[in-house]
Formats: sequence, C-alpha cells, structure tokens
Amino acid sequence: MAAFDHTPPPFFKRGPAPLAMLTLYVAVSVSLLVLDAKFRYLDLLRQALAVVTHPLQQLAHAPVRGLAQAGEYFQSVDALHDENQRLKRAKLEGAPMLLRLQQLEVENARLRRLLAVRDRQPASGQVAQVLYAARDPFSRRIVVDKGQQDKVGAGLPVVDDAGIVGQVTRVYPFVSEVTLITDKDQAVPVQIVRNGVRSVVFGLGNGQLELRFMPANADVQEGDTLVTSGLDGTYLPGFPVARVVKVERDNAYSFARIVCAPVAGVENFGEVMILAQREAPPPRPEPAEAVEGAPEEKAAKTKKKRPLRQP
Amino acid sequence: MQTTFTSSRILLPVRPWFIALSLIVALLLNMLPTAWWPGVPDWVALVLCFWSVREFRRVGMGWAFVLGLAMDVADASLMGQHALAYVLLAYGASALSRRVLWFPLLQQALQILPLLCLVPLIQAGARLLAGGDFPGVGFFLWPLVAAALWAPLTLVLLLPQHQPVEHDANRPI
Repeated sequence: MAAFDHTPPPFFKRGPAPLAMLTLYVAVSVSLLVLDAKFRYLDLLRQALAVVTHPLQQLAHAPVRGLAQAGEYFQSVDALHDENQRLKRAKLEGAPMLLRLQQLEVENARLRRLLAVRDRQPASGQVAQVLYAARDPFSRRIVVDKGQQDKVGAGLPVVDDAGIVGQVTRVYPFVSEVTLITDKDQAVPVQIVRNGVRSVVFGLGNGQLELRFMPANADVQEGDTLVTSGLDGTYLPGFPVARVVKVERDNAYSFARIVCAPVAGVENFGEVMILAQREAPPPRPEPAEAVEGAPEEKAAKTKKKRPLRQP
Repeated sequence: MQTTFTSSRILLPVRPWFIALSLIVALLLNMLPTAWWPGVPDWVALVLCFWSVREFRRVGMGWAFVLGLAMDVADASLMGQHALAYVLLAYGASALSRRVLWFPLLQQALQILPLLCLVPLIQAGARLLAGGDFPGVGFFLWPLVAAALWAPLTLVLLLPQHQPVEHDANRPI
C-alpha cells in the first residue's frame, strides 16, 4: 500500500489533504444515504438537481424516441389494418357488458341510496405517457410525463387498461416516478373476487407478487383474480391487480406460499392513467366506542404490516 | 504532465473544457436507455477514473461527488449511492496515479479493474443494507468491459493533446 501512503512534500501548497477530503465526502454521502433511506427528507434537493438532469435525460432519449416514431411511421398498412380490425372486434365484444354497465351503475347507486350506504366514488384521472424505466436496478419504477404542473401528487394510484400498475412515489416539476406493484415489498390491499377474502399482496421484485401470511388452509385457488379492496384509502375498490398462478401448501409452514402474476402490463411501456385523489374515508371510530366492528377496524388499521386473515 | 513510460512524445496540457465536455458526454451515455443492459459500462465512473489517474489535480473527489449526485437523481436511486462509490473511486484512482502511468496500457487496465469493481460492490452494499432487491449478477459485470475499454478510451481522450502547436524543424522532439 505504498501508493496510498505517499504524502507530498510540505512546501507545495495543495489544499486540504486528500484523506481529509475523502473523509468529508464519505461522511456527507453516507449521511445523504441515511437521510434518504430512513427519513426521505431530500425530495427538495432531488427536485432541484432534476432541473439539471432532466433536460440531459430528455436529450439522451431523443434519438430512441425518434427511432421508435420512425418505426411506427414505416409500419405496414396491413399491420395497422389488422390492429384496427382487432380493436373493433374487441370493442364489439365488450359492448354488451359496457352498455349494461351504465344501467348497473345507476341501479347500484339507487340501491345504495335506498340502503343509505355511501356512494362509490367514480374513477377519474389523467392519461400519462410512460417515458422510460428508471435505470436503478435495485427497484422497479417507471417515469411518466405528468408532474407537479399537472397536479400529480405522491401516493396517487396508476392503472392501465387491464389493472393496477403502481403508485406515484416521487413528483418532479414535469415528470413523476411510479413505483410498480412488482417492486420489492410494495403492498396493495386486495380481495379475492371469488369469495371476498381480503389480504395484502406484496411485490417480490422479480416481476411477480406474493400473498403473504395466508393460512395454509386458506381458500385460495390457482386462477383466482385479486382486485383492490379499497381498505387503504388510496386505491379505489374493484380494480384488478393480479391472478394467482401457484399455491404451495407445505405443512412445515403455517402460511401458504401463494405466487401471483400482475394482470396489468406492469413492465410494458405505453400509456397509463393516473387516478385522481381518493375522497377521504370516514373518520375511524374511537377505540373505546368501537363495540362490534372492533376486530375488523383494528385489522384495517394495521393492514400494512399484518393483513386480515379471514373476513 | 505525465506520459506513459513507453511514450516518446510530450503531450500538450489538457484543456479544462475538454475534461468537462467528456464528463458530460459520459453522463449522457449513462442516461441512454441501453444503460441497463448487463455489461454496459458506467461511463461516468470510467471517464472519471481516467481523469483522476491522468489529472488528479484537476479532477478529484469534488467532481466525483457532484457527478454522483447527478447520477443518483437521474437513476432515481438512493441519494448518495453513486456519490459514495464515485468519491471512493476518485480517491483510489488519484492515489494510484503516480504508479499506474508507468505501465503499458494493458497493465494499466489490470490495475484499474479492482478499483472499478469497487463501484458496483459499494452501490449494491448500500442498497442491500437499505432493503433493496438483489440486482442479479449482470450488475457486477460492467467493470470487466470497462477495463477492456481502458486502452481505446485513453487513445480517444488523449487525442486533443497529441496535436503539436507548431512544427519546428529545429526542435529535437
């Protein structure tokens, strides 16, 4: 390590010693790491730096976007014709459902009013274009072209035409970052459509999702569809999230291992929709006053860590 | 100005704007969508390492820290993850610079390789401690490619210093 021990002769003025500077920079870096990972205090610094890096990123992506657009331009008429036919057919096939949906929604609203139940909030939002996937290999995020200018806020859910894609986690002036539901430990409260069992689905980080802490004898089958349960106050209820692809029941463990695949084109590029902020849920009752619904309320409160086993 | 041991020519002094330009171009290359293919080198780390070896008085840990923060924001990674790795890289490179340049280019690349390997290891260490996902073996491969690119990179980045100012028939070299 002779190279590292070399010190310059004292008669050359060289500023602070390299080792002192190294210590300073390493200390600053480590404190930045801790501040960002544990406390998330650095969003303002990040937004300020993004003002510089964002134009560079746009510049770097310009040739790729140009190529993609050129490819689209030169796509054969046949392919477009086929796609048009397919879309028309899909539209026609979906038409009966859609036509009745309107009537069903009205009927649902009327019945809810009759029963004095709160109206369901209609879904609304804005369409955003996926710009690119974030280069960070340790997480799964995408960057979309709507930001603070378009009133996007952190925490808003993001969907595509098939289901839930993720959640907005960081907002910059012109773009925002969406953490995909497949990101490691990203949680979505869900409900099984077939029997209404509520649980929380977690991302695994490899493009799949997992239903954790379900008892080994839980009523979950391969092919079950999971939709958002709406218990979290973030996602509106009823959006498809994932489909169960594998259920492993091992007697050695008290929980079943349930692997699900996302329904939405989570890792695809295209257009997504950022849903509007959900109306605030009614205030939770005081613990002392809660009499009957107590266990359910409590479970809903702690759902992030310990999901509800059975309804 | 340091030249390699085998080099018989004296290089012109480096122009500061060329250093800045090469670092910005490296930043742009890092932001290309190809950057997350396995084995594509971290250009900023490579160019930073080059200038830290060549010009350790001009490019050092300050540049490394600023470029690291820029990469952190661009990559949407943890703040300070690239900064920490680049600062350590710059320190190691400047500490080795007095020795490395006496070797031919291929042996220089061999000495640079462990330094470059430090970068993904530090980043992965920081992220795994913070609860990240293991990125796969492909993430740790780029230092090999970067070390292989050391010789061509040296030739390219030293090109502006090779041109003589004026030809003088009476000058010995």
